[in-house]
Amino acid sequence: MSAQTLLDLADDELVLGWRDSEWTGIAPYLEEDVAFSSIAQGEIGHARALYELAARELGTDADALAFDRDPDEYRCHPLVELRLVHDWAATIARHWLYETADALRIARLKAAPDPEVAGLAGRIEREEAYHRMHAQMWADRLRASAERPRFEAAADELWPYALGLLDDELRGPLCEDLGREPVEPVDRGGHTEELQPLWEEMTMVRRSVPGATW
Amino acid sequence: MIFEVFRQERDGQPLQHGGSLEAPNREFAEAYAIEFYGRRNESVALWVVPREAVVEIEDPYVADVFDRDYRRVDGYSLKVKLREARERADAARPGG
Repeated sequence: MSAQTLLDLADDELVLGWRDSEWTGIAPYLEEDVAFSSIAQGEIGHARALYELAARELGTDADALAFDRDPDEYRCHPLVELRLVHDWAATIARHWLYETADALRIARLKAAPDPEVAGLAGRIEREEAYHRMHAQMWADRLRASAERPRFEAAADELWPYALGLLDDELRGPLCEDLGREPVEPVDRGGHTEELQPLWEEMTMVRRSVPGATW
Repeated sequence: MIFEVFRQERDGQPLQHGGSLEAPNREFAEAYAIEFYGRRNESVALWVVPREAVVEIEDPYVADVFDRDYRRVDGYSLKVKLREARERADAARPGG
């Protein structure tokens, strides 16, 4: 397993966790606020574990990978960078698309030859199963509500992003799982304009006193 | 909708009221119950009950207007009887 593959995944999880955490305190109602904040924290926890594995291979540490790189060094996919806060339907659409896609790559990672990677994938999957249940129940709820057009429009708009989250091998299965036609995907590698302000805030404390032990 | 959540901490222990939560339906209530009472491995079983399904007894105290204290176990105090029995036993002992 290359450190690069671990970083793709870790950066996705960190940045999505960060975006989801923007809902803390402003979710549609309190129970959901707690649940969604917890999911955000779960994603950041997965990122931490993945960074630790990658860090060993790269001779650095997890914090340095998470916070000390320049924005253009991050490998996260544009899907997770988009600032969707205040649009709950779009946030759920992304959550649902992401978790469905993520399940496929985590399943593949569980079969990785490196037992540490496979073991970590297994632990991540146990939590992601809950995230998926949460995403699916919300997708079902919005589809059955008056917000259906908002949800469907957001899902259509985000679909090329979700498809590009995965490599070629897993794109076919994702189309099948979601019952969607393949489209021209938004590939990993580029970044949206929204990454820079996110990065500034995310690394602010770390950069305020370089090298400090807090 | 309000749901009441009961949780069992370990096998063999009784389920105890853990708290309540608000959710739009049963499916959401189950997810939130897992989130609030299960994800830290603090429960081995969870019951989620719509509050409206819980029957509350308004006045659980039934006054004992009739003298039926023989039904109460605290009516049988062994303390005095035991003391008397010990005294009799001591008195009956040779040289006592």
